[in-house]
Amino acid sequence: MTRIIVLIIGLAIIGFILWWFFGKHEVAQTTATVNDDNQSVDVEVNGGYSPEVITLKKGVPAVLNFTRKDASSCLDRVVFSDFGINQELPQNEKQAIKIDTTKAGEYQWACGMDMFHGKLIIK
Amino acid sequence: MTITKRFWIALIFSLPMLVGMILIPFGIHLPGGTVTQFIFTTIVMAVAARPFIQSAWASFKKHHSNMDTLVAIGTATAYIYSIYAMFTNQSVFFESAAFVVTFVLLGQVFEERMRNNASNAIEKLVDLQAKEAEVMRDGQLVKIPLEEVVTGDLIRVKPGQKIAVDGVITEGGSTIDESMVTGESMPVAKNVGDKVIGSTINSNGTFMFKAEKVGKDTMLSQIVELVKKAQNSHAPIQNLTDKVSEIFVPAVLILSILTFLVWYVFLGATVAQALIFGVSVVVIACPCALGLATPTALMVGTGRGAKMGILIKNGEVLEEVNDVKTVVFDKTGTITKGKPEVTDIVGAEDVLSIASAMEESSEHPLAQAILDKAKEKSVAKFDVTQFKAIEGKGVSAKVNGQTAFVGNDKLLNDVEIKPEMKDQMIQLQNEAKTVVFVGLDNQIIGLIAIQDAPKETSKEAIATLKARGLKTVMLTGDNERVAKAIADEVGIDSVIADVLPSDKADHVKALQENGKVAFVGDGINDAPALTMADVGIAMGSGTDIAIESGGIVLMKNDLRDVAKALELSRKTFNRIKLNLFWAFVYNVLGIPVAAGLFFTLGLTLSPELAGLAMAFSSLSVVTSSVLLNKAKITTAATA
Repeated sequence: MTRIIVLIIGLAIIGFILWWFFGKHEVAQTTATVNDDNQSVDVEVNGGYSPEVITLKKGVPAVLNFTRKDASSCLDRVVFSDFGINQELPQNEKQAIKIDTTKAGEYQWACGMDMFHGKLIIK
Repeated sequence: MTITKRFWIALIFSLPMLVGMILIPFGIHLPGGTVTQFIFTTIVMAVAARPFIQSAWASFKKHHSNMDTLVAIGTATAYIYSIYAMFTNQSVFFESAAFVVTFVLLGQVFEERMRNNASNAIEKLVDLQAKEAEVMRDGQLVKIPLEEVVTGDLIRVKPGQKIAVDGVITEGGSTIDESMVTGESMPVAKNVGDKVIGSTINSNGTFMFKAEKVGKDTMLSQIVELVKKAQNSHAPIQNLTDKVSEIFVPAVLILSILTFLVWYVFLGATVAQALIFGVSVVVIACPCALGLATPTALMVGTGRGAKMGILIKNGEVLEEVNDVKTVVFDKTGTITKGKPEVTDIVGAEDVLSIASAMEESSEHPLAQAILDKAKEKSVAKFDVTQFKAIEGKGVSAKVNGQTAFVGNDKLLNDVEIKPEMKDQMIQLQNEAKTVVFVGLDNQIIGLIAIQDAPKETSKEAIATLKARGLKTVMLTGDNERVAKAIADEVGIDSVIADVLPSDKADHVKALQENGKVAFVGDGINDAPALTMADVGIAMGSGTDIAIESGGIVLMKNDLRDVAKALELSRKTFNRIKLNLFWAFVYNVLGIPVAAGLFFTLGLTLSPELAGLAMAFSSLSVVTSSVLLNKAKITTAATA
C-alpha cells in the first residue's frame, strides 16, 4: 500500500516538474526609460536574471547595471557574445555594462556557463 | 564567503567522518556516533552548502534550474532522510551529503582558477602598453601619462623604451621588436617615414615619431577588441548544447525520481537503498561540463592565436575552417613580395618617360615600380593632359599632342604589335615577368617588364597546405603565362589568370561549388573576395579593411601563417568536439551507473563518488581547454 502511495506521489512530482519548468510562464520584462539621452536598466542576478527581457531604444546610449546577489559560480560572469562583452560580476557589486545600441535587433546574453539566458531587444 | 573558504570549512568538518569510515573495519568508532555525524554535517550544510540551496531556490522561483539545483536537492535529500533515519534508529548517510558538498566545492575551486587562466591571456595584452611617453610640448620634451597623448604629438623614444602609440617616424631610426603584435620574433629596422606600432619595443636607436592613432584607435586596442569579441563569440556547435542545457536539469530530476520509484516500488529495495540511487543520479549529472566545453576552448584557442599574430574573428570561422577544401591565393602581395621592380625595358628611348608621366597619378602597384625606375634613371618629364583610366586595361592620356597609353595585354585587342615585340613579350612572360605595354597613336612602341618575386616562404607554405590535402589555386589579374611561371615556382596546383579585380569574388563563388573555399588576400583590392569566401584570410599590414572583411587576420606578411592559422583553428575545433563528446559521454554513461542499472554486475556508485566524478568532469573539460595552449602547431610540410 505504502509503495503505491509513494508511486503516486513520485509521479505527481514528475508532473509538477514538467509543468513548472516547461509550462508557459511569464518572464519579467522591462523597457528602458530614456532620460537626458541616456537609458539604463538595473538587472538583478539571483537564480537567473530579472528582468530577463530588456527592450532598449535604438541609438540612445544604454547602460545595464548588473548586481549579482547569487553566490553561485554559475552566474559569476555575464556574456554578451554579439558585443564581445564578458564581464565578471563580483557578488553584491553593481557592474555597469555599456551597450552599443546603434544596430537594432535581438541579442542573447548568458551566464559564463551558458545555462541562464536573457534577451536584449534594441528597436 | 568565497568558494575557497566554503571548501575549507566543508573539508574540515568532513574529514573526521572520513577518518571514522576508514577506522570502522578496525573496530574503532567515531565518538558520539550518529550524533557527531549529524552535528558535523549540519555545519557543512548550513555554511558551505547554503549558497547552493539559496541559488537553487532563487532560480526555482524563476522557473529555472541549474547545477546548484542538482547539488542542493541531492545533498538536502541525503541530509533530511538521515535525520529521519537517526530518529527512527535506521542506518544514516550523513557523510554522503557532507562529502558531496566538499567534492563539488573542490571541483569549483580548481575550475574557477582554470577559467581565470583561460580568460586572462587577452588582459595581459593590454598590460603591454607603455604607461607614459616623452612628448614635445611647447618646444620641450616632457613626460606625460599615456592617456594625455593626442594625435599629432611628437614623441621621443629612447633605446629599450616602449613605443607609446601608433605613428610615423619623423627623425632618427632604430630596430624595433614587434613580436607582441605581429608574432614575428626578428626585430624590424625602421627609419624616417616608417610606421611604428604602439606597445612594441625599441631596441637600439633613438627616434622621434608623430602620433597618428591614440587610445582606442591604436592597433593594439583594436586587436584586443577583436580578440575579446572572438573569445566570447558563439560557435554554431553550441546551439546543440543550448538546447540540451534548457531541459537538462529537470530531465535529471525526473530520472532520479524514476530511479527511486523503480528501486523502491518495483524492485522492493528499502527506502534508504532506493534513495541512495536517486541521490547519486542527481549528484553525478553535470550540465556545467556541457556548458563549459565550447567557450573555454574558444577562449584559449583564439587567445593563443593572438599571441602568434593570428587573429581568428569568431567561433563560426573556426568551424568553417574544418571543411575547407580549397585555398585560393591572391598573387600580388600574398604569394609575392608585393614590391614589383622593373627588370627590362624594350623599345624606343622615351618608353620609360612616357610610361612614368602617365603613371604619375595611378595607384596601381605596378605604377610605383615604373616611377621608381624613372626616378633612378632620371628620365625626361612630359606633361600629360586628359588622363583617363581604361577599366581593367590601363590608362590613356595626351602626351605632346599624341594619344599615349600604358596598360596590360588586354590592350592588344585594340592596337597592333610588331611580331618581334610579341616574341619578346612571350619570352619575358615565361620568365614570370609582367609585361606592361606602352603605346602611342594605336601602335605599341615599347615593353616594360616588371617582376614581383615570390616571398622566400611561399613555397614552403604551399607545400604544407598541399601535404594537408588542400587544393591550392592562384587568382590573379596578371597574364596567364606570368601567373603560371610564378605558380610553378611556388608549387601551386592551378591558376586562374586575367581576372579583373571586380570578378575575383565571382571566381571564388564558382570554386565554392566543389566545397568550402578559403581566400587569402591582403585586403587592399580583394575585400569582396575575402567576404565571399567561406573563410577570408587577410594578410599583413592590418589595414582596417582587411580586419573588417577577413574572418582570420594575419598580422605578419608570411604565408606560412596560413597553414598555422588553419591548423590552430582545426585543433581548437577538435578540442571543442572532444570536450563536448566527453561531456556527453560522461553524462550518458554516468547517469545509468549511478541509477544502479549495472547493479547485477556489481557496478554501483555511492553519492560521494558521484559527487567526486561530477566535480572532476567539469574540471577536466576546462583543463582540456587550457591544455590547448600546449598543443603543437606545426608548419612543416611533413605534418
